[in-house]
Amino acid sequence: MNELALQVGQTAAPEAMLFWILAPLTLAAALGMLLVKKAVHSAILMAFVMVALAIFYIAQGAPFLGIVQIVVYTGAVMMLFLFILMLVGVDSSDSLTETIRGLRPIAITAAVGFGGLLVSLLGRASIGRGAVGIEAANSEGNVEGIAQLLFSTFVWPFEVVSALLITAALGAMVLAHHHRIQERPTQRQLSIDRFRGDSLATAAGLPAPGVFARHNAVDVPALLPDGSPAPASVNASLKARGDVLDSSHFELGTVDTSVEEEK
Amino acid sequence: MNAANYLYLSAMLFTIGAVGVVVRRNAIVVFMCIELMLNAANLSFVTFSRINGDLNGQVVAFFTMVVAACEVVVGLAIIVTIYRSRRSASVDDASLLKR
Repeated sequence: MNELALQVGQTAAPEAMLFWILAPLTLAAALGMLLVKKAVHSAILMAFVMVALAIFYIAQGAPFLGIVQIVVYTGAVMMLFLFILMLVGVDSSDSLTETIRGLRPIAITAAVGFGGLLVSLLGRASIGRGAVGIEAANSEGNVEGIAQLLFSTFVWPFEVVSALLITAALGAMVLAHHHRIQERPTQRQLSIDRFRGDSLATAAGLPAPGVFARHNAVDVPALLPDGSPAPASVNASLKARGDVLDSSHFELGTVDTSVEEEK
Repeated sequence: MNAANYLYLSAMLFTIGAVGVVVRRNAIVVFMCIELMLNAANLSFVTFSRINGDLNGQVVAFFTMVVAACEVVVGLAIIVTIYRSRRSASVDDASLLKR
């Protein structure tokens, strides 16, 4: 029978068990990443996939890469992803409706075709000789072996990669730098503006939010003497977020007197 | 078990990542799918390194990780910049050049 060359390197039973338990979980997590709505859940599933891959690396005689995978990916990269997610808005869930009509069926068909092609290709591939196994290459230790390669054959790419890292760090700083359009007003300037402005109405500061004796939170506008709410008493960013409560609920005439004691 | 099974797993992970890039619209999720594709390629490198008994594959996988880290840093900075001007992290919203 024609022995396919990739069909060699039989692994021991413990590794097979590890693979058959972890590989379906990894695939399920990767698929879940596509299907879940919230980006944070995607990030958690991604972290799981990365840890699983690190375990696969260690099982395949690459302990150095396994540890680097955990430190760099689950440590640094996923932390960065979650950090940006929190910055951009953690509840910005993706609407899963498609904007381009027919995109999803086309994508899935293409993916099945591509995946089938890759898998069948691997099933028929041949490297023309038997598998060697990593044990001989790791005989002096995996880290020592990689270090020997890294600082002899690959020393030039190694240096280039360090330049790339520095460039990326600088680029991120330049991109994320926030340009102020106007100069930030000083305390002195703010004070002068308050007293030399058109009116002295706000010279003593803006009114504080909250309805006295009914509700004193920052999201309720204060009531003016005539009973109308004072818009200046609520923070502008609360208003922009739409988190301001209607103060009419707390006017004396409309208060529901049947509220329980603890309220 | 055959060591080539890792290669099948890697191929499937790569395909899932590719679908994610096409289907999802949140720029951060798209980025995570790109990471998934890079990781799948790394798994292939490590498996081939084992099949060939040669550490070169592991060194290449190591370089891939470094380049992926750079890519994440710059890409996320771009996402933050876009979010700052458009208040949205959806890849469909940044289509000003089209109009």
